[in-house]
Amino acid sequence: MSDNLDKKTNTAASGEEQQYSLNDDRRVKVLSPGAMVAKRFFRNRIAVVGLCILAFMFIFSFIGGIVSPYRESEQFYRTDILNKEFAGAAKNEEFRYMSADGQKFSSILQAQLVLVAKKAENFTDGVAHFTYSGVNYNVYNEGTDFYRVTLEDGTDIGIAYKDIASSSRKGENLSYEFVYNALKAYTNGESSFRVGGVAYTIDQDGSVLKGGEDYAFINRYIINAISPDIFLSRAFQEELVEELEKGAEKFLFTDEDGVEHEYIIEYKPSVKQWSIRQGTESRVYDTYAFPSKDHWLGTDRNGMDMLTRLMYGGRVSLIIGFIVEAIATFLGIIMGGLSGYFGKWVDMLIMRIVDIFYCIPSMPIIIILGAAMDAMQVAPKIRMVYLMLILGFLGWPGMARLIRGQILSLREQEFMTATEAGGISVSRRIFKHLVPNVIPQIIVSVTMGVGGTIITEASLSFLGLGVKYPFASWGNIINDVNNFNVLTSYWFIWIPAGTLLLLTVLAFNLVGDGLRDAFDPKMKR
Amino acid sequence: MGKYIIKRLLLAVVIFFFVMLIVYALLRCLPSSYVENIARAKSQLPGSKSYQEWLDQLNAMYGLDKGIFAGYISWLGQFFTGQFGESWNYAVPVIDKFNEVIWISFWMGLITMFFELIIAIPLGIIAATKQYSKTDYTISILALAFISLPTFFFIALLQLVFSVKLGWFDPFGLIGRNHLQLDSFHQFLDICHHLVLPIVTLVIISIGGLMRYTRTNMLEVLNADYIRTARAKGVSEHKVIYYHAFRNTLIPLVTIVGGSLPSLFSGALFTETMFKINGIGYTSYQCMIAGDIPFSMFYLAFMAILTLLGNLIADILYAVVDPRVRIA
Repeated sequence: MSDNLDKKTNTAASGEEQQYSLNDDRRVKVLSPGAMVAKRFFRNRIAVVGLCILAFMFIFSFIGGIVSPYRESEQFYRTDILNKEFAGAAKNEEFRYMSADGQKFSSILQAQLVLVAKKAENFTDGVAHFTYSGVNYNVYNEGTDFYRVTLEDGTDIGIAYKDIASSSRKGENLSYEFVYNALKAYTNGESSFRVGGVAYTIDQDGSVLKGGEDYAFINRYIINAISPDIFLSRAFQEELVEELEKGAEKFLFTDEDGVEHEYIIEYKPSVKQWSIRQGTESRVYDTYAFPSKDHWLGTDRNGMDMLTRLMYGGRVSLIIGFIVEAIATFLGIIMGGLSGYFGKWVDMLIMRIVDIFYCIPSMPIIIILGAAMDAMQVAPKIRMVYLMLILGFLGWPGMARLIRGQILSLREQEFMTATEAGGISVSRRIFKHLVPNVIPQIIVSVTMGVGGTIITEASLSFLGLGVKYPFASWGNIINDVNNFNVLTSYWFIWIPAGTLLLLTVLAFNLVGDGLRDAFDPKMKR
Repeated sequence: MGKYIIKRLLLAVVIFFFVMLIVYALLRCLPSSYVENIARAKSQLPGSKSYQEWLDQLNAMYGLDKGIFAGYISWLGQFFTGQFGESWNYAVPVIDKFNEVIWISFWMGLITMFFELIIAIPLGIIAATKQYSKTDYTISILALAFISLPTFFFIALLQLVFSVKLGWFDPFGLIGRNHLQLDSFHQFLDICHHLVLPIVTLVIISIGGLMRYTRTNMLEVLNADYIRTARAKGVSEHKVIYYHAFRNTLIPLVTIVGGSLPSLFSGALFTETMFKINGIGYTSYQCMIAGDIPFSMFYLAFMAILTLLGNLIADILYAVVDPRVRIA
């Protein structure tokens, strides 16, 4: 009444002409029941905090999705350097053989040659002899680790060498004559030689030039590309050999197309080989990226923006919560209203149905249905609809019980007798006069029910049986925590979603609690 | 009283009949690919019968060849004569698997209930006696927060903090890696150590409801006339609360706690699954997602019986504990 007093003194002090008579209604500030409830509600600070959280969640979920520059299931990429096996290299410690044109340098002859070449004392003036199957052969030591085998009459059989001559041009084989002359010059440290009337020069790196043009090159390394369709260019091989001799572990090389690649050299002592791996840039999904300027909460396992997923997930969770509660409330009002109003056998029947529904183990049933939908490969969108229908259908008995209880007491009151006397139809009596009186309880129950439904939906999605990819839901975002690596290393995947979920459900409960207190006329504060 | 109990029991039987009818009809409507898979696997064994023969035999075995209602009646008959069938997922009799996994769930439930009672009831009473104080607000908000806590999120947080960061507990499992080398006393301690996090989880997620319930009921009692009378005649506040008020608060508490006794056996799906504890919650979950109908049916029937039993106990206790209640 202090408001009133203030008003009175105010008007008296200012000398206003508005003087109401004592029984004038305008003299007393009258609040409608709704305004009373609102006033009581807003006086409850905790409930207001809950309301603010809810407002934030709605803005975050429904407007956030529009404001966000990304789409719900937009995937992001990053370039990643993959080290692929590119080439293998080995220093040649074995003889290699080449047959002269039209001759057969059989493996037995090759073995005989090795036996002879092993001992330096076999050679006199660079020539040794051996006999095999009654044929005499001459072996000429033409240079370091370089031998030529001929028949007695001087016909070339073939050559054995350790330094390898390769052509500078792709797909071109070097002739026997060229290899022989080139190696001879190389192993003896000469700088030029002639083959077939053409002059070649050779430098100490082993490059063979034909009239100033690259023709071939010689070195001790065998270098092979892993993939058969790759030709290792001359420049690359030279560069590689240089790096191998330096003992480098990685080097950069720019190929003919001007693309720079990084190569990693790894020596495998067991097989005395080097393996060369090439760093190739490839585009991969930007999975589990840490929070950055582009992605405030990082990206998830599919390379989608986490913050945007959270916004859409909130939308899904809230919508499901409300639709499920709407279904449950609708069924509950009808069944509870009928049951409470008619009583007797209708009440008996409906209440037994309620008992049966109460007793159905709902979580296991939903899990089994979810697993069955998995097996039938129901489309994610249809699945969401089924989920809402199932949850709604299993949720109505609580509401029906609540409404029935209220109506049972309300229908005995005088205003119901008045409606009966007024000849108002039964359906109007139930749904226009009885049910509106239960609305406060319904509102409280729905508010808290939405919170509960959101948790149920999140739990199912967490088990992978609720909302499915590509749709986001807070539950299926947290689902990733089943991967222990995510649990330990990527907090931004599951902690924000869990916090939002907790806050939302808490806010619904706080608001529901606040509303219950506000609706309660016995409430003193 | 006896008549009342009998009436309630009969009603429970009727409800059980219809609940299981709904459940059975639902499960029968699912794609029965599991039977086909088994039949296919068995028909491929050397010297085996043909696929069709196996399928027919299995269908006959599980009553799948009959109509839904006839099949249900035969299932019910088997259930009440103790023939629970064989679990498809574990290939052992359902009852054996059940016996193997139920006890760990029961012990977890029992320990949880103990802690729940000794934490939630005192806190609820404190909140009620100091209504609108800071303590009351803190307890009320905490209770709501615990109710709102998604179990799986809370477990993940616990695992992160206590297993990964602090390293105090193993993140999963019931026994440590050197369990078999320990003597029996240390084996027991080892299991207890592994049960700490699951129990903490279960306690935290369950105390909220009981705390609020205690507070509401205590407030109701504190507003009653006889409390005002007690205060008026000069009884000390301590005695008013812990002698007069608390005893009356106990009535609804005993009812609800008694009613939740059967649920000690129902297991905890999320907690057991995430901590990889082989209890009834975890096992039933595995069976349900694998389409193991015999085990699922048994488990669902078991759950329905637990619920009915809980309601029955609550109703009876309500009548027994509160002398003011007269059974019509």
